[in-house]
Amino acid sequence: MTNGVTRLDTRFAQLAAENRKAFVAFLTAGDPDVATSAAIIAGLPKAGADVIEIGMPFTDPMADGPAIQASSLRALKAGQTLVGTLKMVRQFRENDDSTPIVLMGYYNPIYYYGPEKFVAEAKEAGVDGLIVVDLPPEEDEELCLPALRGGLNFIRLATPTTDDARLPDVLKNTSGFVYYVSIAGITGSAAPQKTAVAANVARIKSHTDLPVVVGFGIRTPEQAHDIASIADGAVVGSVLVEAVAQNLDAQGKALPELVDHVLLLASQLAAGVNKT
Amino acid sequence: MDGTNSYREGPDENGRFGLYGGRFVAETLMPLILDLEKAYGTAQQDPAFDAELVDLQTHYVGRPSPLYFAERLTEHYGGAKVYLKRDELNHTGSHKINNCLGQILLAKRMGKTRIIAETGAGQHGVAVATVAARFGLPCTVFMGATDIERQKPNVFRMKLLGADVRPVTSGAGTLKDAMNEALRDWVANVDNTFYIIGTVAGPHPYPAMVRDFQSIIGKETKVQMQEREGRLPDTLVACIGGGSNAMGLFHPFLDDKDVDIIGVEAGGLGLETPDHAASLAGGKPGVLHGNRTYLLQDDDGQIIEGHSISAGLDYPGIGPEHAFLRDSGRVTYVSATDKEALEAFQLITRLEGIIPALEPSHALAYVGKIAPKLPKDHLLVMNMCGRGDKDVFAVAEHLNIDL
Repeated sequence: MTNGVTRLDTRFAQLAAENRKAFVAFLTAGDPDVATSAAIIAGLPKAGADVIEIGMPFTDPMADGPAIQASSLRALKAGQTLVGTLKMVRQFRENDDSTPIVLMGYYNPIYYYGPEKFVAEAKEAGVDGLIVVDLPPEEDEELCLPALRGGLNFIRLATPTTDDARLPDVLKNTSGFVYYVSIAGITGSAAPQKTAVAANVARIKSHTDLPVVVGFGIRTPEQAHDIASIADGAVVGSVLVEAVAQNLDAQGKALPELVDHVLLLASQLAAGVNKT
Repeated sequence: MDGTNSYREGPDENGRFGLYGGRFVAETLMPLILDLEKAYGTAQQDPAFDAELVDLQTHYVGRPSPLYFAERLTEHYGGAKVYLKRDELNHTGSHKINNCLGQILLAKRMGKTRIIAETGAGQHGVAVATVAARFGLPCTVFMGATDIERQKPNVFRMKLLGADVRPVTSGAGTLKDAMNEALRDWVANVDNTFYIIGTVAGPHPYPAMVRDFQSIIGKETKVQMQEREGRLPDTLVACIGGGSNAMGLFHPFLDDKDVDIIGVEAGGLGLETPDHAASLAGGKPGVLHGNRTYLLQDDDGQIIEGHSISAGLDYPGIGPEHAFLRDSGRVTYVSATDKEALEAFQLITRLEGIIPALEPSHALAYVGKIAPKLPKDHLLVMNMCGRGDKDVFAVAEHLNIDL
């Protein structure tokens, strides 16, 4: 269990009370540059994001498809670092103390920085939860347990390959919410099948009281609606970072309309999630 | 390690060699590597598995590979007696086939119907394509676009063998990127696909399993040296990218304390430059491709592309057991530069009539540094882990010769 209550816990309790679903918006920190990225993130709550998932760029994002790989590399090329990402969160918190922020990434930059130090600084910066793709329950000592002790949620991915025998191990130290990966595959690839996802969400819910949010392969407001209707929320990432990529000039610099375009798309997706 | 004096007991039940190794993979893959660990454990207990493997090693690969006394090299150096373990004479031209046969037999036992692999120099890719053809399984090999360009003969061999060679353009288009792409494919094809990793890296049980399949190199060497010289060798030398040929030679000797063991990393343009692939000499512990090990990385924990003249060595990591053996001091790790390897390549070709791959040319370059200073009764074994056919075009280019 996470030590203390996070903004994620509060937000999901609120959403449940209002009978609403969560729209979780993913973007990569520092893509295509720090200022543009900060402007997008600052605008996401107003665009309807209930939770913001910020990707910590890594050179070797093994679970990600081409869109998020490319966004990571754009961010790294623009000079984004782990410390820079924490700084972005700190600045966001100056104007927003309620929207939960989840950092998503791969373990190596955190390991290199020092897991205990990272947890302490992330908490202080205003981070609420972590998703670290390459840390399964077998490696909980590395970061999951320090994060829980340090007051951060540790959000685990459950996947179509996580069977009933394994599910309790996966859920054991999970907090905040459970992220159900809708397909066996990488981000931004095949579209999820609603019936299969519904069965798996129900299966997970029979093991836990945590909210279950579904991601991978959700690209349109309609898909977001479909998936959110059978879960507690939907994560959308690849299509948003693709919108970043589509609003760059030939040199890779942000066009003036980039932020507005991405936020417009986010608001359409948010509307899809809670369409009645 | 724990309470005993053995260096050969790793990994522990969590796949750790001391600090290194482990299972740092996405949840989607976790059930698969647990299945693999179980299936490998069962196979190890089954005499029929071993019997089939031995039969193929003997009649298909041509094992045991000779332990050859390199008389003219020895004369040239004027010191230690230099023996070459001739794994370049294996079917497909390198040690890679040893591991591929073991893994494809396992794939068959597990009922898998599709094979994937990554490759750098193409030696592993060719070995995988070969066993896939032999066992009638479709096979996809991921290879960096840069490597495809510098290893054309191997690319064509894989295609002839029926493999689908997929160029990988992400990153620098080399081995690391090919491995990322193979992992992505595996995640998307979990039901039917077996991933044949080519080196002693990746999530547990791969480092231990690949080591076990390669250990035949060291086991044969022990017996052969006993027959030739009536004793153990004094020094072992092998090149290291991920480190599978080296681990195969070293592992059976780790507890023979009088045997000096030396691994040679790719020094590229020199360790003082950023252009090398010496993860132990120039890297720091980190987590990539399922295991913790020494990695070439920057101050933000981002992975740096390795550089080497040899496409088989320019990986920014190294097998976790090598990381453990380095920290424990049991094995000494050094490096040789592109230039030194190229010189050694030409030397052995002229003196022994053996055209080596650029990978073991690194090992030979280091042999050339120590052999002259060692006494004449000193027995040195170098692992000649691959032949150089695949490299002749690249070497010609480096020597400014137009073919």
